[in-house]
Amino acid sequence: MQFLSNLIGGVSLGSVYALIALGYTMVYGIARMLNFAHGDVIMVGAYIVFFTFCSGGMHPLLAILIAMAACTLLGVTIERVAYRPLREAPSLAVLITAIGVSYLLQNGALLLWSANPRAFTSVVSVSPISLFGGQLTIPGNTVINVAVCLVIMVGLTLFVNHTTPGHAMQAVSEDRGAAQLMGINVNATISLTFAIGSALAAVAGALLCSSYPMLQPTTGAMPGIKAFTAAVFGGIGSIPGALLGGILLGVIENLSKAYISTQVSDAIVFLVLIVILLIKPTGLLGKRRVVKV
Amino acid sequence: MAEMLSVKNINVYYGSIHAIKNITFHVDEGEIVTLIGANGAGKTTTMHAISGLLKLQSGEIDYCGQIINKMPAHKIIRLGLAQVPEGRRVFSGLTVQDNLMMGAYTRKDGKDAVQNDLDMVYDLLPRLKERRGQAAGTLSGGEQQMLAIGRALMCKPKMLLMDEPSMGLSPLLVKEIFQIIRDVNRQGVTVLLVEQNAKMALEVANRAYVLETGKIKMEGEATELANNIEVRKAYLGID
Ligand SMILES: Nc1ncnc2c1ncn2[C@@H]1O[C@H](COP(=O)(O)OP(=O)(O)O)[C@@H](O)[C@H]1O
Ligand SMILES: [Mg+2]
Repeated sequence: MQFLSNLIGGVSLGSVYALIALGYTMVYGIARMLNFAHGDVIMVGAYIVFFTFCSGGMHPLLAILIAMAACTLLGVTIERVAYRPLREAPSLAVLITAIGVSYLLQNGALLLWSANPRAFTSVVSVSPISLFGGQLTIPGNTVINVAVCLVIMVGLTLFVNHTTPGHAMQAVSEDRGAAQLMGINVNATISLTFAIGSALAAVAGALLCSSYPMLQPTTGAMPGIKAFTAAVFGGIGSIPGALLGGILLGVIENLSKAYISTQVSDAIVFLVLIVILLIKPTGLLGKRRVVKV
Repeated sequence: MAEMLSVKNINVYYGSIHAIKNITFHVDEGEIVTLIGANGAGKTTTMHAISGLLKLQSGEIDYCGQIINKMPAHKIIRLGLAQVPEGRRVFSGLTVQDNLMMGAYTRKDGKDAVQNDLDMVYDLLPRLKERRGQAAGTLSGGEQQMLAIGRALMCKPKMLLMDEPSMGLSPLLVKEIFQIIRDVNRQGVTVLLVEQNAKMALEVANRAYVLETGKIKMEGEATELANNIEVRKAYLGID
């Protein structure tokens, strides 16, 4: 029963990783860049939820909507100001810029909101589910994390596969030049991708801090790196890959914390990643493609 | 006949490589004009310069009375100037029908009109209809070429730029593709055709230009060039 509980905890954490991984994977798939600052957008989203809901007393859904709008604006602005001028530049220059943006966001947060950790109140008010006569309890956070993740995955998959803007995204992802020849505005498509990824980052920030209620300017960094790992794990560029990678990563992390050691759980996560990439370099669900990071 | 496309003294560079050296040519409404030349002559570069994927160093490109060489590619297609790119470049993960609908991406004239043209494309290229639900990546080379042509037709082009549509196809399919080019032209679409297969290209075209290392070496009526000794030696393999 304890194992089951740990497993479910892993799926819950993994759902949040999956949401974050979506942002990495979509931006990589369409703009062909690693948006290193994505994790920090999560942190900004969490702060906005903190100020509107935790200390502001707003309705949690409204607070999350405001955070989504703000993060969308932030993500699109970052793309417009920092990445678009480098569209034709070598990918290393873009990567370094992204790392710079990440520091900028963290230090901006430090300046605005200080390094003091904030105690985050959970946005989730669903009551826990009790199973097997009380032997297994599934926390409300878990229920919401998994449900939100699934709804977003399904919604996004439908959007990408069955709408014209979704097809335009796939076209840009496959062949930017041919997409332009269809009349697709590549810059607008990349902006849309950043908008979606950043809005999801706000949701992920709220859920992450609801499960791990401590918020500071560096809060987004480690989950960001792990979610990126999850995206690579599942096959970068693939939406189902982000889901699979995220869940697997969460489960591996939680189980190694429970049964091996809390200290080395992260090392184990990365070890598994390395092994998987050695066996299947494109990740679990990734397609073969020339990768340039 | 009215001049539809006019390319004037254009120069295109890749970094320091001077790929297109001051070339000038034009295409009149209703014509099929071909640009022939060996591999590396600069044919694709010229096509990309017209469709806006590459920027000019100098010169001017006019299309239907507008200067288009400063416009981004995604706006040029809105003027009814479509390209069938070299190597087909269909979207392999999308279905055949979704590829065709991508071709209609810029259209604002309503679902019915688009559906009409979809039917028209399926009439012209019946093999695409059989495979409409299939991912484009699973088509054969010939079918992909037909899809690339159909996709370009879905934007209701006034003019079609075709870059080596016969590349890598069997002689039978090459014939079929050239018949499609004739049919498309007969339906009122002006065609600028780039080919290494000079024999077929000169058969189908009204006029031709010979491109050699980034320069226009000869020009004239297609039948005239087909009988020209130099052209016969260099491009038709006849002494
Ligand atoms: N992306 C590129 N970078 C550098 N040089 C290029 C590039 N594309 C083409 N070239 C060069 O430009 C010249 C013309 O190429 P291209 O237009 O593709 O010829 P064609 O289509 O007639 O075979 C060639 O010498 C080729 O090597
Ligand atoms: Mg070429």
